[in-house]
Amino acid sequence: MTINIVLAILVTSLATYMSRFFGVITSKKVKETSKIFKWFNCLAYSTLSALLSRVIIFPVGALAEVDYFIRFIVVITCLIVFLIGKKNFVYPTVLSALLLAILNSSF
Amino acid sequence: MVNIKYFLKGFISIKGADSPAIALFASFVAIGALFKTIGLNIQESIFSTFLTYALPGSLIMAESLIVGASLLNIFLAVWLVNARLYPMTVSLFPLLTHKSQPKLKYYLACHFVAVSSWLIMKEKYTSVKRKYRLDFWIGIGAANLSVAVLATVFGFFIADFLNKDMMIGLAIVNPVYFTCVMVGAMKTIQMSLAVILGSVFGVLFYFVSPEWCILLGGFTAGTLAFSLGELNDN
Repeated sequence: MTINIVLAILVTSLATYMSRFFGVITSKKVKETSKIFKWFNCLAYSTLSALLSRVIIFPVGALAEVDYFIRFIVVITCLIVFLIGKKNFVYPTVLSALLLAILNSSF
Repeated sequence: MVNIKYFLKGFISIKGADSPAIALFASFVAIGALFKTIGLNIQESIFSTFLTYALPGSLIMAESLIVGASLLNIFLAVWLVNARLYPMTVSLFPLLTHKSQPKLKYYLACHFVAVSSWLIMKEKYTSVKRKYRLDFWIGIGAANLSVAVLATVFGFFIADFLNKDMMIGLAIVNPVYFTCVMVGAMKTIQMSLAVILGSVFGVLFYFVSPEWCILLGGFTAGTLAFSLGELNDN
């Protein structure tokens, strides 16, 4: 079992490092003023955004046990707090955990 | 060698109201607790966070260990979920290159590519001289990785005291923080489209393939955002 865990960690690290490694190789041919750089920038932000929407709407792990509607309320409330709170990241971050815990134990 | 002055400048840049440290700490506390629950020991937990340093990949690994997936399955699932690191690296490293830096340093420094460090660097790179940007980046990466490892250790040891509601509370912190960061990054039409279309296509492609939705959704949305942004500029 222990060997399997170590192998799983190594495989996970390798699969993760691969994308970073090939990213460095590709980036050598990309100039920061080029259109392809702008394209990769869009790809990076949109891929992150796709990951976030997946994590929030179709989560795995602990979040999957929370009702979809509650997750939605928490994210929207925290976004509003972020926008009206002069874009301070601490308030919505701390609020999210408290709000979710309260709503999840109440409903 | 690393320039200590710029390394430290990068290291302390995770302080402040826009820092990802709180979100990073919360999510890796949850990962540490999860690792203990599924049977990893403390050394394996530290080893995993140190070597992988990418939250969704660690979660996939943990889920895979629970269901007893094969190593090949783990490799493919982690590669798919962490493939976002490829465009992130390509859109960051051209900003860090300088002829005075040894090539090997880039291959070591790329280990720090993760959303938290990446967003800080994207925000601050213009304030650092090009020659020292790589050292500054290594400082940011080392600080974030230290937070992640410490949080994993903390989570591992307090696992028995965390109830289900606490774990759920910790799990939402990271997505909410990064959603706010994404909304904050919507400063141009192209960026706004990339973020909005990314979230829409990420969900739409989930119905086609849950494994490929991040890559396919991100690629489609990013390409559309780029094309529409260019059309708008011309």
